[in-house]
Amino acid sequence: MERKNGPAVRFDGIAKSFDDGASFAVAALDLEIAGGLFVALVGESGSGKSTLLKTINRLVEPSAGSVSIGGEPVDGQDPADLRRHIGYVFQNIGLFPHMTVAENIMIIPRIGVNETVNQVPELLDLVGLPEEVADRLPSELSGGQQQRVGVARALAGEPGLMLMDEPFGALDPVTRDQLGEAYRALHDELGLTTIMVTHDMAEALLIADRILVMSAGRIVADCSPQALLAGEGGEEASALIAVPKGQMAKLRRLEEGA
Amino acid sequence: MNPRLQEALEQVPLLLADHVLLSAAALLLGLAVALPLAVGASRNLRLRRIALGAASLVQTIPGLALLALFYPLLLALNSLFAPVGLALPALGFLPALLALALYAVLPILRNAVTGIVGIDPAIIEAADGVGMTRRQKLRLVEAPLAAPVVMAGIRTATVWTIGAATLSTTVGQSSLGDMIFAGLQTQNWTLVLVGCLAAAALALTADALLGLIEAGIAQRSRWRIGGGLIALAAGVVLALAPFAASGSRDDVVTIGAKGFSEQYILARLIGNRLEAAGYTVRYRDGLGSAVAFEALASGDVDVYVEYTGTLWTNAMRRTDNPPRDEMLAELSDWAADTRGALLLGRLGFENTYAFAVTQETARRYEMESLGDLAAVAPRLTMGTDVEFLNRPEWATIRDAYGLAFEDAQSYQPTFMYRAVESGRADVITAFSSDGRIAASNLFVLTDPRGAIPNYDAVLMVAPGRVGEDRFIAALEPLLDAIPVEAMREANYMVDRDADKASPAEAAAWLERETGIVP
Repeated sequence: MERKNGPAVRFDGIAKSFDDGASFAVAALDLEIAGGLFVALVGESGSGKSTLLKTINRLVEPSAGSVSIGGEPVDGQDPADLRRHIGYVFQNIGLFPHMTVAENIMIIPRIGVNETVNQVPELLDLVGLPEEVADRLPSELSGGQQQRVGVARALAGEPGLMLMDEPFGALDPVTRDQLGEAYRALHDELGLTTIMVTHDMAEALLIADRILVMSAGRIVADCSPQALLAGEGGEEASALIAVPKGQMAKLRRLEEGA
Repeated sequence: MNPRLQEALEQVPLLLADHVLLSAAALLLGLAVALPLAVGASRNLRLRRIALGAASLVQTIPGLALLALFYPLLLALNSLFAPVGLALPALGFLPALLALALYAVLPILRNAVTGIVGIDPAIIEAADGVGMTRRQKLRLVEAPLAAPVVMAGIRTATVWTIGAATLSTTVGQSSLGDMIFAGLQTQNWTLVLVGCLAAAALALTADALLGLIEAGIAQRSRWRIGGGLIALAAGVVLALAPFAASGSRDDVVTIGAKGFSEQYILARLIGNRLEAAGYTVRYRDGLGSAVAFEALASGDVDVYVEYTGTLWTNAMRRTDNPPRDEMLAELSDWAADTRGALLLGRLGFENTYAFAVTQETARRYEMESLGDLAAVAPRLTMGTDVEFLNRPEWATIRDAYGLAFEDAQSYQPTFMYRAVESGRADVITAFSSDGRIAASNLFVLTDPRGAIPNYDAVLMVAPGRVGEDRFIAALEPLLDAIPVEAMREANYMVDRDADKASPAEAAAWLERETGIVP
């Protein structure tokens, strides 16, 4: 796969209410994400981060405002066609249980117009899986392997933009760490734009170029991991950072044999 | 082999073929309705509630009633479509098909909706996320994942449909039910049992083949799916064979018979004559009283034996009671004018309603006539056949004598005689040509006010056969040839408990007795 630079994503006054305007999951917000960036959307459950993410590939239709990818408004495109060109990976993975790993990976080329050559070995290699798993059913794989297949499936459409909704949230810590690092390497290698939703601040700090902290439908902090650690993110962001920071301090004391 | 068993087994192939075709057609129609409806219902909560509610409601209607309801419904549709010249057959295949298909919808619909709605939401999210269109999502994800549950629904529907198809006999569609109803009527348990076993074997076979397909889907085994489908298709093709073999159906005569022994015997008597004249004969047994004449008028039945009073009161809706020749002449004109059917003539005996009591009851209440009965009726229980209380004749007789019984109970005719003998009923509405009146030594009450209409047995010929000389010539020797004593004897041969004869044997006896040579 050749390296390319992922598209920029732009939100113009985007807002979403699920109850006809009584309350807003996402309050009107403007935001620009540069192409090629790895952005983490962090916040507690119900802060609106998943909803915001899904307005990009139109799994959620906004109540107001618009989203554009690389300057093209998404609401002017056929949703199915749009999604085939955006990678989407989420916590529950959603592999098709009645299809083999290879069939799962090739689903986007199959449903799209371009029936391309078989990229399965290449894609498996890219996500660090042996070629033999191609003929297995998803149920025969471990959770970590399944999510690797999920990433390979998303990459099969040769997307420039990857949307990830708590992609590693259900995995054990070791697998989670491995997969996070492996994916970050892929992101750089393929020149993708990645927007990842997570509630785990430590994960966000270690993986992303830019961190957006969401609370009650609004973006309350928007800065680099370094700036966030330096306390420039404001009160709510600092509260989120306090958790991993505190854990780290405790671990260090333990290590020092206090 | 036991001749009775052999006779029963000989009937199986043709009836089984009809049964298979009817069930298969009903299931396919049910699938064609239920599957698209299920897809819509799985995506729309309101439609789901309405569709599942309606299907459940249909299921609460007893199968027999549902079949019967399609007869007036189709008649009403016909009168609606009459201006455009469209005439739907209200009897036979069509009503049976529609009722059974409607019955098959619920299990398929319910399982298909459950199957689709029950798919893990993550899988649906993934299908949307990779950019499947609705159609692709249905074809690639929802259909294959819901398939095992849908197949379970189809299997349930298949077993139900094959079972319920036995009831289609009552709307004039032949099926294995013909054997069950005829056997029940003539107390030929071999016939009933063979009919039931054949239907059960068919249901089990179809279920097993569908089970094979279901397993094939679950195990992604193409040969299982293919094998099951091929076997099912082969069954249907085999069932079509009798149609192909019979070639032109013009020379196949359908002889109708209502659901009692006398009708079965006379149908065989008619059949023997027509076969001797070179026709191929099919029997359509167990027709309801109201259904039989309409079946004749529409050509579903070519010939059958009717009773003048039945047509007079039910079909013509007359309440007066003219002398028998006058009634016959009017009926004859009416049948020709309104339906183009021919009343060929009387067979020579009458089968009227006879209010019968045991000799002991007659003595105890000093009863001789219906007038005497009316005086003590409030203390008595009446036993009737299943139709009588709803027939207009009953209203006429009741009003003429002021009859009011303490209780009334309906029975299959056979059980009605048992009821009066055992005392569970004090008086029954027996049939005057029934051998069991004499055999049970019953006392028949007289009708001094002439309230019971005349019930001469007459031959009715369908409009399409009226001008067919060979056909008419074959039937004419039957006219005025059967005295009531001979008919009673023949009926009793079939109805008695021991040493029973089959309707065909009784018909042969009747031929010898009356000198009608086939």
